[in-house]
Amino acid sequence: MEAINNLLSGSNVTDVLFYVFAVLTLLCAVLVVANPFSRNPVTSAMFLVLTIISMSGLFLLLHAFFLAAVQILVYAGAVIVLFIFVIMLLDLKEEQRRKIKFFGLAAGLVSVGIVVSIFLKSLASIQPNVAEPALEGETYALGKLLFTHYTLPFEIVSVLLLVAMIGVILLSKKKLE
Amino acid sequence: MHIGIQHYLAVSMILFCLGLLGVIMRRNLLVIYMSLELMLNAANLALVAFSRFNNKLDGQVLVFFIITVAAAEVAVGLALIVALYRKRQSAHVEDLTSMKL
Amino acid sequence: MKYENLPWLILFLPLISAAVITLFTLRSKTVSSLISIGAVVAGFVMTVIFVNANGMQFSGETSLQWLEIGDLKADFGLKLDALSMMMLFVVTGVGGLIHIYSYGYMHEDRSMARFFACLSLFTFSMLGIVLANNFLMMFISWELVGVSSYLLIGFWFEKPSAGDAAKKAFIVNRLGDFGFLFGILMVWGLLGSLNFSALQNSITANPAALGAMATTAGLLIFCGAMGKSAQFPLHVWLPDAMEGPTPVSALIHAATMVAAGVYMLCRSLFLFNADSLHVISYIGGFTALIAALMAVQQNDIKRIIAYSTLSQLGYMVMTVGLNGPTPAMFHLTTHAFFKALLFLAAGSVIIGMHHEQDIWQMGNLRKKMPITFLTFTIGTLALCGVPPFSGFYSKDAILAQAWEQKSYLLFGVAVFIAALTTFYTFRLFFVVFFGKEKSDHAKHAHESSLVMTLPLVILAVFSFAGGFIGITNNYGSQFVHEHETFSAWQQFAEPFHNPFPMVCGLVAFAIGFFAALSLYKNATSDPLPKKLGGLATLMKNKFYFDEIYEATFIRAHDFLAAVADWIDRWILEGAIIGAIRGGTDLSGRALRLAQTGNLQTYAFLFVLGVALLLYFVLGK
Repeated sequence: MEAINNLLSGSNVTDVLFYVFAVLTLLCAVLVVANPFSRNPVTSAMFLVLTIISMSGLFLLLHAFFLAAVQILVYAGAVIVLFIFVIMLLDLKEEQRRKIKFFGLAAGLVSVGIVVSIFLKSLASIQPNVAEPALEGETYALGKLLFTHYTLPFEIVSVLLLVAMIGVILLSKKKLE
Repeated sequence: MHIGIQHYLAVSMILFCLGLLGVIMRRNLLVIYMSLELMLNAANLALVAFSRFNNKLDGQVLVFFIITVAAAEVAVGLALIVALYRKRQSAHVEDLTSMKL
Repeated sequence: MKYENLPWLILFLPLISAAVITLFTLRSKTVSSLISIGAVVAGFVMTVIFVNANGMQFSGETSLQWLEIGDLKADFGLKLDALSMMMLFVVTGVGGLIHIYSYGYMHEDRSMARFFACLSLFTFSMLGIVLANNFLMMFISWELVGVSSYLLIGFWFEKPSAGDAAKKAFIVNRLGDFGFLFGILMVWGLLGSLNFSALQNSITANPAALGAMATTAGLLIFCGAMGKSAQFPLHVWLPDAMEGPTPVSALIHAATMVAAGVYMLCRSLFLFNADSLHVISYIGGFTALIAALMAVQQNDIKRIIAYSTLSQLGYMVMTVGLNGPTPAMFHLTTHAFFKALLFLAAGSVIIGMHHEQDIWQMGNLRKKMPITFLTFTIGTLALCGVPPFSGFYSKDAILAQAWEQKSYLLFGVAVFIAALTTFYTFRLFFVVFFGKEKSDHAKHAHESSLVMTLPLVILAVFSFAGGFIGITNNYGSQFVHEHETFSAWQQFAEPFHNPFPMVCGLVAFAIGFFAALSLYKNATSDPLPKKLGGLATLMKNKFYFDEIYEATFIRAHDFLAAVADWIDRWILEGAIIGAIRGGTDLSGRALRLAQTGNLQTYAFLFVLGVALLLYFVLGK
């Protein structure tokens, strides 16, 4: 831990690492959405795993150690497994490359344009924080906040998980005659 | 140039746009679903960055909740897709137009 | 004032009775009729107790605040004075007798319970008019009377003519009530109150309070009386109202409801200025004249009496217009006795004749129906003003009033009407009770049962003695403050104070009587049409009023209705509603295109929506 902290403190190293993780994340994300070599959903799922892992690297750079771990555990460990499992279950054929619809393209570009413009607008209003960020995303502090200030949402989320579980069972069950 | 919040937000934005493009343009339901996950992750990244640069842990708590909810959502969503596939033998949005009059 | 709450009980007992009958006892004829009769008889007994405790000469009010909207304060209050007390006696007393009579008359009817429920409702409404201490409450009761009259005229609704008559009565009354309502609103707008005492005080304090609108307001209020008391030109409903059962004709269309107009005029006499009174007196006189002329050529026993009622009502209204509320109310009271008596006796004849109403089918009934004959004779003599019957005194008071007011034209008309009245009444009398039997029914006629003849006898007593039992005393104190109280003997000799009108009245009677005697004694058919020619046809057809109304007002109304129908069909429904419907349809079709059913389109629109929202929340 100490070693990683020291490593991260060095500004040049972290800058380089940021670019590495960022590029990796975005590249993998592109391959999730539009892979020029494969139309198989399994490939997409695999690149999603890579995206998530490199993102947890970004989390590390932001000193969010607990979340980085959770990200890998939950997403790579559970969600993606679920995806793969479903893909296998459905036995999807590799789909034909279809023509991109003009409407879809236009809608996509308009949407992206909108998001970018919102982003640029909000970026202009950011006041650069002069002081060096000092927050440490320690598991202890996070846990303390979670179980004091956020107790009620935490409990409700547990109920939500339960409900989701029951729902999934009901949905995927074959109809009883 | 030192890495600041802008850089993280830019990454988050691009990730979000990629997800959005996937949702709007891809036709395979499962891929659309993965794109959705990408968008959620983009939001997570932005939140963690805000948390870091504003010296507040609450953002990370929110990310924690988002991951939990996303897990539940994926479970339910995939179950729906499976149910739909059983009925229609297809996972393409173009085949799912029964809402059209 | 002792027993202050008793009048409330008198007022509401009939309403309770109507409610109980309607809700619970509609199946039992006997129980229903006993409840109804009990309510009105109890009302009469309570009236006697109340008057005994307080005497006749008092004046009081008892009221509850009912509603207050801005400046409008409406009380639910009772005005208790000599005027309302006398009317209370008439309504509960005569009404009670008619209730009892109805028990016999309606005995064979299937819907007797419904009949008594309506009768009780009517009694309640009528008592409401009599006891009201303000215009609003009076108007409400006024309308209720209209409704119950509608229900009772149309009681045999399976007969189309009865249904039509009910509608006619109701609609014609609405016309009058429309004016009445306007008059009430005008009075309220100008004087700021609806309470009779308050209005009277403000008029007394400032006689010009109504200003330029005085005549208009007075005549609008008179419109109400015109409808209810069937004055020209709204008189057409009353004869048709005879389609109802005979007790109804007696109660509503002779004794009480039609008198309500006259009562209302007397109650609000202070509102009328000289001009409006002038108009009122001439309308009254004209109504009396045409009604008497029409009566001469009618052949239906009830219709003759109905026209006679019209004529007598015209008399009363004329007298009110001649500034004589005391003689008007006096005549109203005695008229209630003898006209109810005549109607009930006629009902007895109709029952005895197995529902035959044409007088030329009757004849020689005096031997078959002695009690009916005797009481009918008393009623006839009272109506014709033979001394010392009650009609003599009240009619003489009216003639004297006209004479004293130096209104010689109306005096002449009144004397002429007196002669006509005698003529047509004795025509009826001779044709029905004398001569030969003109049909099989007349040969087999029979006397009615005791429950029907007993009220006849009681009413006959009052028709005889009503002139000198102190009725004028009571009314006099109401309208003339320094009124001297007469003893019975003074009342008996009262007409001799002013001998000329009395002599005129007696001469008129003599002329009418001998004319009728010479023409109709032993007549088997009516000799008059041959002698009068076209005039008789005119009288027989009621001067073609119905036909004139049919050709003018009803045509105009039909035309207006057609126009309204056209507007409704083409402008409202076609243009406006059509445009709205078409617009909705069109925009619906356009918006339907947005529903592509494509998931990704929705996602795109979702992004647009979020962007718009963000723009409004953050971007501005």
